[in-house]
Amino acid sequence: MDLQIALLLAQDGIVNGAIYALLALALVLVFAVTRVIFIPQGEFVAYGALTLASFQIGQTPGTLWLLMVLGVAVAALDAPALWRQGCRAGPKIYGLIGRQIAYPLVIAALVLGAQPKEWPMLLQVLLALAVVVPLGPQLYRVAYQPIAEAPVLILLIVSVALHLALVGLGLLFFGAEGSRTPAFSDASLEVGGLTISGQSLWVVGASLVLIVALYVFFERSLYGKALRATAINRAGARLMGISTTLAGKLSFLLAAAIGALSGILIAPLTTIYYDTGFLVGLKGFVGAIVGGLASYPVAAAGALLVGLLEAFSSFHASAFKEVIVFTLIIPVLVWRSLTTRHVEEEE
Amino acid sequence: MVAPILEVSDLCVSYGKVEALHHVSLKVRPGEIVTVIGPNGAGKTTLLSAIMGVLPFNRGSVSYQGDAYAHVDIEQMVARGMTLVPEKRELFGEMSVADNLLLGAFMRRRLGFRDEAQTLEKVYTIFPRLKERHQQMAGTLSGGERQMLAVGRALMAQPKLLMLDEPSLGLAPLIVREIFRVIADLRKLGVAILLVEQNARAALQVSDYGYVLETGEIALEGPSDQLEDDPKVVEAYLGLGGKKD
Repeated sequence: MDLQIALLLAQDGIVNGAIYALLALALVLVFAVTRVIFIPQGEFVAYGALTLASFQIGQTPGTLWLLMVLGVAVAALDAPALWRQGCRAGPKIYGLIGRQIAYPLVIAALVLGAQPKEWPMLLQVLLALAVVVPLGPQLYRVAYQPIAEAPVLILLIVSVALHLALVGLGLLFFGAEGSRTPAFSDASLEVGGLTISGQSLWVVGASLVLIVALYVFFERSLYGKALRATAINRAGARLMGISTTLAGKLSFLLAAAIGALSGILIAPLTTIYYDTGFLVGLKGFVGAIVGGLASYPVAAAGALLVGLLEAFSSFHASAFKEVIVFTLIIPVLVWRSLTTRHVEEEE
Repeated sequence: MVAPILEVSDLCVSYGKVEALHHVSLKVRPGEIVTVIGPNGAGKTTLLSAIMGVLPFNRGSVSYQGDAYAHVDIEQMVARGMTLVPEKRELFGEMSVADNLLLGAFMRRRLGFRDEAQTLEKVYTIFPRLKERHQQMAGTLSGGERQMLAVGRALMAQPKLLMLDEPSLGLAPLIVREIFRVIADLRKLGVAILLVEQNARAALQVSDYGYVLETGEIALEGPSDQLEDDPKVVEAYLGLGGKKD
């Protein structure tokens, strides 16, 4: 392996690692706030990419129907409690109908009526996000909110079930064929004999911007601080009026946004199938485990390491690249269990 | 007589088969300090948790600002100006003092109020120590400072009813005195206070009306100055224990 190849592999590793880092951050966020190990994180990657691809070939993505069906389900679940509150809940009922019934209809009207195939790329991306991102809080409401106080293991089992269901729906919505979307830009950069594609720069740049935005959100904004407070002390947060439900929906919203955006970013680099998300999400999960599902910077660094390891092992032992990546988790777990004090889950 | 801001009637709470509160009734009027004293395990914390909605109750009702609830929702109560300072403080240890205080105003911000800066100044005037430490992590504060922060954070919500669970627990006498001075000052701001305490003497001195809770039942009630002279209270709660402080 000469320097040229090493640089090429490093570039590949960093680009993939940036995506894994985003997913690792989302996984840490969701786990810290809700104690859910969010296995379906990867499905948002696939849904984001494939929804965008559907728009570009002039098809209606199945995720649109999922958005509408889940909207009706959420409205049906939330309405009785609001109804009991009586007249005080008036604005809340309008809010519920607006978000869960009217919003999906508006998006559907746009998709079906306005020919997104002809739109500029940026608008297509925004429309794909508008379809896929609300699925996050909707799924939280339907699948996790009723069992928010359940032990971690039960939440994990629900995650596995939800993952399988979403992969199945992915096959139904998008078929078994993979899709690849055109690059955001055709520009490329020549650095010392190494060609860096515009899309690679897009991925790394967008990931950095997102990471900084998340940092600012958690450090500066009231809702970011409320999420951190819930992660630190759920009982204390509830006494401040930060409800577990609000924090759960907000963290799922962020996780869905990060997942869908990651999918849209890598769709021009690799062919995305309905079940691609799982493997991508799992690599983010390895990164999150390196950070103990608690530390954001360590999780991001771990995910970057996963990306680099994957790139270099694909050169040396291509057939074993997944094996090598996932084997990384063993020494990490051994090291963590030796160095950190084991804390029993408090319930 | 002013209508009570809080009226608990016939409240029963159980943990599984064990009933922790039996038919407890009490009232708090606006601007009044009411105390519930009693030994460890009498159900004092359970009482506050049930009023706040942390624990469900099986019987009875909690009526707050004229509305009776058979089920209490914490979020709704916080939105309506009820705040609990729990026995364990429940601070956000890995966040700064200033952020802890800001989150105390979370519900007010959600409801559209933007006055947390003024409230923060008031809290800093009441507890200058918190201002000195505003950048410090809450987890690194001393016991007394943590209690000040817990009370300060509750005040950020501008409560109409403030419930304090054992504010003197585990604190040095000097700090206990300061906390009780603050409680007395709060009455002047018109905040109704429901104070649960083991330190019966201090609690009766600062309050207007008192209840004695024993094994989940109200054993005795009356104006605090009368309770202070009641032979049963003197014997059980004020005797030797009272001289300590």
